[in-house]
Amino acid sequence: MKRYSVFAIAREALRYHQGWEKAWASPAPKSSYDAIIIGAGGHGLATAYYLGKNYGITNVAILEKGWLGGGNTGRNTTIIRSNYLQDPSAAIYNKALSLYEDLSQDLNYNVMFSPRGLLMLAQTHHEVRGYLRTVHANNLQGVKTEWIGPEKVKELVPIINIDGPRYPVLGALYQARGGTARHDAVAWGYARACSAMGMDIIQQCEVTGVRSENGQVTGVETTKGFIGTKKLGIVVAGHSGQVADMAGFRLPVESLALQALVSEPIKPCMDVVVMANTVHGYMSQSDKGEMVIGGGTDGFNNFTQRGSFHHIEETLRALVETFPMISRLKMLRQWGGIVDMTGDRSPIISKTPLGNCFINCGWGTGGFKAIPGSGWAMAELMAKGEPGPLAAEFNMWRFREGQFIDESVAAGVAH
Amino acid sequence: MLILECPYCGVKAEETELSPGGEAHLKRFGPGSTGEEFEAYMFARKNPKGVHFERWRHAYGCGKWFLAARCTATLEVFGTYSAQTTEPPAEIVEKIKAKRPDWKGTK
Repeated sequence: MKRYSVFAIAREALRYHQGWEKAWASPAPKSSYDAIIIGAGGHGLATAYYLGKNYGITNVAILEKGWLGGGNTGRNTTIIRSNYLQDPSAAIYNKALSLYEDLSQDLNYNVMFSPRGLLMLAQTHHEVRGYLRTVHANNLQGVKTEWIGPEKVKELVPIINIDGPRYPVLGALYQARGGTARHDAVAWGYARACSAMGMDIIQQCEVTGVRSENGQVTGVETTKGFIGTKKLGIVVAGHSGQVADMAGFRLPVESLALQALVSEPIKPCMDVVVMANTVHGYMSQSDKGEMVIGGGTDGFNNFTQRGSFHHIEETLRALVETFPMISRLKMLRQWGGIVDMTGDRSPIISKTPLGNCFINCGWGTGGFKAIPGSGWAMAELMAKGEPGPLAAEFNMWRFREGQFIDESVAAGVAH
Repeated sequence: MLILECPYCGVKAEETELSPGGEAHLKRFGPGSTGEEFEAYMFARKNPKGVHFERWRHAYGCGKWFLAARCTATLEVFGTYSAQTTEPPAEIVEKIKAKRPDWKGTK
């Protein structure tokens, strides 16, 4: 693989850009691998990348039923933050944030990480107390966040209305290191790096069955035939329950639709990410100038990748109240993704009833921000067969034991 | 837009009039049950891609809980029925089998 650099751009400029290679290869599957990862989204590709980089395991296939990064990785609102209340969450999301900070250099691929700062507005007294608690917890966890008053909020976000009649802005939890990244580029960058290590990324290859003997996975049935493997990682977000069913176990997960939308592009007006959890909407401005908007999930199980229009209406109503100037913006596109929600709204990175099968799922509505940390922890689990400190508490048996990592209570909403 | 007919008041209610209540026909466990039983009752969910049975409440109507049979892969509704049941009634099962011949049943 030729490295991307300023010299490469200069060289290609002199020959009509004819020399750029394909970023990743699309080989036919081999008959068996040391490890197979199901799902070539951000989490699956990051798992493969750190398996190669940290543990030297490169005889790996990543199977994808659609196209690379075409699921939730390409459908989210690209927010990155690590201001979580519970210690295990703060640890893994902060690991992810730290890896995002130099991911472009590490992958030799510009993921356009933009640490522009992130605000979570407090609009009720309950929220003020909650976020003050989170700030204290973050300081103990070594995650730098701060509590700021309404004047500082107005200074950071001039377009905000801080004295709305229903929900005035009483302050905000501010993480200056938070921000956004280009979601497609994260998938493409990891894919290119995996392909360069000799891994096979096999798109349009749906897993239809998991074959096992004596409690050990021997391989997977796919639409491109049987592929043998010594280890299996299931990293498929919304369809985790379906793949787990093929492997013969059940997950504490339900799949719901989460929608997002973008406006027409406008001139730069907001250079931070703003989340408002009481009214439930969040917004940032993309590099193209579109306002990128998200809200809450739909209420019922759904696999269709489209949601109900009234949720869009509720999200926009909340945001128009918070940012009156967006009231006449035209919305350009709207889409949905299928998110896998667990009972405590925290992910699962876990061993399974099958000895050499591992699962990474349950990221719910907040998986994009975790991609590098999730891949790092999942790679450690798959390479060693035992979870490291980042993954240990995210095992799938915590629901039986009552050892929840209860971010749903901490955030007041899904996050 | 999801539209469900309330089996109590007969109103064809659209989604904003209804509150979703999760999987139907769960087996409940109380004091003295094992960890596995509590986990099954409170957290383990079928989450099928296809035929699903759910609890709904006619929140901005008669206020009553009822059950619905629905397809999560297409959003098609097979029918609604009373909440005072422990399994889907025969006519609902017939409707589902007519439209989904390869449906494996409620398990």
